[in-house]
Amino acid sequence: MAEVTAPAYRTIPIIPKLIPGAMEGKGPYIANEKIQADLGFPGQLVDDWHDKAIAKMGDLLRKYRSVAVFMDACVHCGACSDKCHYFIGTADPKNMPVARQDLMRSVYRRYFTWAGKLFPKLVGARDLTREVLDEWYNYYHQCSECRRCSVFCPYGIDTAEITMAAREILAEVGMGQKYSNEIIAKVHKIGNNLGLPGPALKDTMEGLEEDVKEDTGIDVRFPIDVKGAEVLLITPSADFFAEPHIDSLIGYAKVFHATGTSWTLSSMSSEAANFGMFIGNYEQLRKVALRIRQAALDLGVKRIVVGECGHAWRVAYSFWNTLSGVGDGSDPDDKFARMLQQQLDHRYRQPTHICEFTWDMIERGALSFNKEANDKYVVSFHDSCNVARGSRMGDLPGGQFEIPRNIIRAVANNFVEMDPGTTRESTFCCGGGGGLLTDDLMELRVKGALPRMEALKQVSDEKGVNFLALICAICKTQFSKVAPYYGFDRKMMGGVHQLVSNAIILGDKQ
Amino acid sequence: MASIEVNGKSYETDEEGYLVNLSEWNPEVADYIAGTESIQMTDQHWEVINFLREYFDEYQIAPAVRVLTKAIGKKLGADKGNSEYLYGLFPYGPGKQACKIAGLPKPTGCV
Repeated sequence: MAEVTAPAYRTIPIIPKLIPGAMEGKGPYIANEKIQADLGFPGQLVDDWHDKAIAKMGDLLRKYRSVAVFMDACVHCGACSDKCHYFIGTADPKNMPVARQDLMRSVYRRYFTWAGKLFPKLVGARDLTREVLDEWYNYYHQCSECRRCSVFCPYGIDTAEITMAAREILAEVGMGQKYSNEIIAKVHKIGNNLGLPGPALKDTMEGLEEDVKEDTGIDVRFPIDVKGAEVLLITPSADFFAEPHIDSLIGYAKVFHATGTSWTLSSMSSEAANFGMFIGNYEQLRKVALRIRQAALDLGVKRIVVGECGHAWRVAYSFWNTLSGVGDGSDPDDKFARMLQQQLDHRYRQPTHICEFTWDMIERGALSFNKEANDKYVVSFHDSCNVARGSRMGDLPGGQFEIPRNIIRAVANNFVEMDPGTTRESTFCCGGGGGLLTDDLMELRVKGALPRMEALKQVSDEKGVNFLALICAICKTQFSKVAPYYGFDRKMMGGVHQLVSNAIILGDKQ
Repeated sequence: MASIEVNGKSYETDEEGYLVNLSEWNPEVADYIAGTESIQMTDQHWEVINFLREYFDEYQIAPAVRVLTKAIGKKLGADKGNSEYLYGLFPYGPGKQACKIAGLPKPTGCV
């Protein structure tokens, strides 16, 4: 393992003693010229970066009223200060949400308020210098846009939106982030974050068909590019590639098989993730989403189901409707959105989360399980931030909390909750969300996982929890990677549909 | 751009030490990169590296972890066809560390 050391578990989870400058640095790798050019951003810091950044900030303040309100509304009450996992794990005061916001707010005051223009020192306003810009790059890449702080803010200030705005300004002046931007370019070019070409996807899926046949004796299919299938499954490409992700993919396929649902993947559009949201760029967000629309139109599907991916579900649930026409709300002049609207079957929620799909089938009695298959596990569930605070599932408020838990209870006998201060809308980010799941941020990732690891340690010690069920590709990778720093086995981490896969009864109903 | 020097020849790498020009790879470079990762290459390591390169030649991408474990299991016996075996050889994770040594691009995304 790398030389990072996990912070000690806190006996009582109190506010850490501040360590100013603990996470000072250059931030993650900056995107090179080629990567930046692929997305239409300048290849390096432009000469007139100062004026361009301020102009872009002005644009964003007009375009996003939320950002303008957030700049003005904060009264520095401090309610958010100890709510961020990165602050808790690093003790760097600039990782307090209010301090992170102030990195931009101070510049906002200098250029966009009369008090800041006339008496900058009196109102904490400062010029946008090169040092400030570098500080933005560093600390706005220590926010995973998880929105936990916004739950506790009496004004509802959403630091994620400020982070997104900062990253958009940075990319615009030539300081894009390598990890996110390289990935977005791969989606545009090849169709997924990995850069997994169609033939490799096909080979991998054929391998899975063999494996499942060997395990169960049943021909469960993993179809690709099947025109006229009912369901198009859009899932994170990590599900094709990584462990434990692939076990959930097998779970989805078994659910489709057992319910007689015809489904398909698309080799052209084989990615649920949409890092356009992480970098705060609407055009990139839309371009990635439109690939999915094209696949849906080409294949003539009736439903779009989204696999286990946290931020993808926020994008799908909250933004796909206006971005692409999956769900109501598209521009009346958007011909293809209208076309897709007519094509999709509106007796179903569009889009549908795979957990909604599976739970609907369980409620309908279409699935049966051998729950004992999961008896070796005491399961707990980690709410993914973007699902918990940026979306919903099912017909009832809080469905995004209940439905995954309902599925777990239906397929496993032993389920326990973690500390309620760390679940549902108060859930902690895994520490790797928002475009930070990169090796060059390993120290931040290990430290940011502290609050979740503490809650897991408690139920692991007291109740014997040995499986943490997840519904997000980032959570799965992040926890598999960093949990060993806290003394946990990476194999404790797995998907909700991995549990479904273990217990589902295939073949004829008894 | 960063670079590494092996036997007097310079090879361009990215910030994280992955080869930029995949065609420049050779076994000495692999040994060198393994050294920077504190890995002493053995026949077992080479079995994995060779499979990765063959797969990459055909598909222009590294194999999924499951594809890799299955292939190794078929070749070396079922007791070695699992991720524990691969993590034993490449402690930082077979996906990324083995790709780096094999001279393949880094797998990107949520992996």
